[in-house]
Amino acid sequence: MKNLKYLLLRRVTQVLLMVLYFGANAYGWHILEGTFGSSVLFGVIPLADPYTTLQVLATGFVLGADVLLGAAIITLFYMVVGGRAFCSWVCPINMVTDLANWLRRKLNLDKEEVNYRFLKRSARYWLMVLGLIVSAIVGVAAFEVLSPITIMQRGIVFGFGAGIAVIVAIFLFDLFGVKNGWCGHVCPLGAAYSLIGKTSLVRVKHDHEACTNCMECKIVCPENQVLWMVNKESVSVTDGECTNCGRCIDVCGDDALEFSIRSFGKK
Amino acid sequence: MANSDNNRRKFMATTLQSVGLTALGGLLWSGYSDEVKAAPLVLRPPGALPEEDFLKACIKCGLCAEACVNRESNKNRDGSKRPGTLQMAKGGDHVMIGTPFFKPVEVPCYMCDDIPCVPVCPSGALDMPSLLNETEELDINKARMGLAVVHKESCIAFWGIQCDACYRACPLLDEAITLEYAKNERTGKHAFLLPVVHSDVCTGCGLCEKACVTEEPAIFVLPIEYSTGKAGSHYVKGWDKKDQERIKDAKEIHTQTERSEKEAADYLNMEVEY
Repeated sequence: MKNLKYLLLRRVTQVLLMVLYFGANAYGWHILEGTFGSSVLFGVIPLADPYTTLQVLATGFVLGADVLLGAAIITLFYMVVGGRAFCSWVCPINMVTDLANWLRRKLNLDKEEVNYRFLKRSARYWLMVLGLIVSAIVGVAAFEVLSPITIMQRGIVFGFGAGIAVIVAIFLFDLFGVKNGWCGHVCPLGAAYSLIGKTSLVRVKHDHEACTNCMECKIVCPENQVLWMVNKESVSVTDGECTNCGRCIDVCGDDALEFSIRSFGKK
Repeated sequence: MANSDNNRRKFMATTLQSVGLTALGGLLWSGYSDEVKAAPLVLRPPGALPEEDFLKACIKCGLCAEACVNRESNKNRDGSKRPGTLQMAKGGDHVMIGTPFFKPVEVPCYMCDDIPCVPVCPSGALDMPSLLNETEELDINKARMGLAVVHKESCIAFWGIQCDACYRACPLLDEAITLEYAKNERTGKHAFLLPVVHSDVCTGCGLCEKACVTEEPAIFVLPIEYSTGKAGSHYVKGWDKKDQERIKDAKEIHTQTERSEKEAADYLNMEVEY
């Protein structure tokens, strides 16, 4: 049987976070209040999304100290510890896109490799910068007016309304459109976390000696370009686009992949 | 040589494509973002910055809605759910998605003394200093969420029917809405009791709108910039000493037109030309 350790851990984390946010509104819990835009942890510690904060700053409005401090805390956390873990361990859209991706594999929709000429993986970085420019021009946090991430989260906490259509659209896009289309190509928030998480300490490490070149890891990895070293070298995945989801570790039958702390010395 | 030419052509084409797509995306995105900003008749929580700045600042976290004492998740005594004052705009509300607002005709603002929705705002979209009184305490009476407007034709008090629902519902009773007495010339022996809103006191909470007995409320709250007109600075209140002082600095303005060449009497005696 396949190992599901990290997959289950991630789902538990994602669902638990949503339950805490939901409980804050529905039952008045003071554990995790707000949304990803800006939250309060235990009623005291401010947390804020760095990219959302940047968008507001781009509109020319200087935010309150709580948001700035919160954004600094989140940035520091992913810089030092988590890498792009927000995407795979926190973001609720990840559950939608993972489901689409899983269905893709079940329905054999990936038989032919398609070259997405206009939707390269680098598109998200363009969109990230574009989001800031549009924010500055229009005077409103531009990604936030269509972000499925907070639409889904607010939907869970406050009720969906017609916003559910956005979630369905992303599901269909990832299922029938581009493989890993949203998270891997479009999402500017993910792009921001890729940049922030570049320096993080927790990394997936590949052991060339143990690898039998079965390529299971590359099949499940949503950002499989970061696994270039598989069956080549024994190094850590240092690419910022790795979401630290650990799915590659789960599926590896040879124990060639494991989480480890990044080593700074040269090998 | 040919190869480097090819490479250059390819590079130029890719660059142009990228720039073109980015420009296209940026235009579409800007257009959409600008469009969703346009929901002028929306009421915001107390202390909200002017709409333009509010939309810049609001980070859509929902902390205000969660702090609002009259919340969606509150239960009635019989256990049934009841709607809360502050809603977070969702798809289909036609308000900038994720921003807090309220609809007085559904649920008004109940004007809590401690204004719980304001201090929790992390971004400064709800401006606490604007709600502080002389003793530096939060004072809900300083809120200007909107301004109530009475529509005389549909307000039954103006028909001579006795109704003081809005007057009674107002938390600033006899201050924000007063009743003015007027003689009913039609019957000759009855009095009108007419509700009058005072814009310097009204907080825009909407309790009057909720209380109004007519089919569609004859008194309703509009955002201040839509419920007040503007006279312009060239009108001077003759009875107001302070206002009249502006005349001292006024400069004489001469408007020379074809008409002003003639005497006023000539103008009056002139034949009308079509």
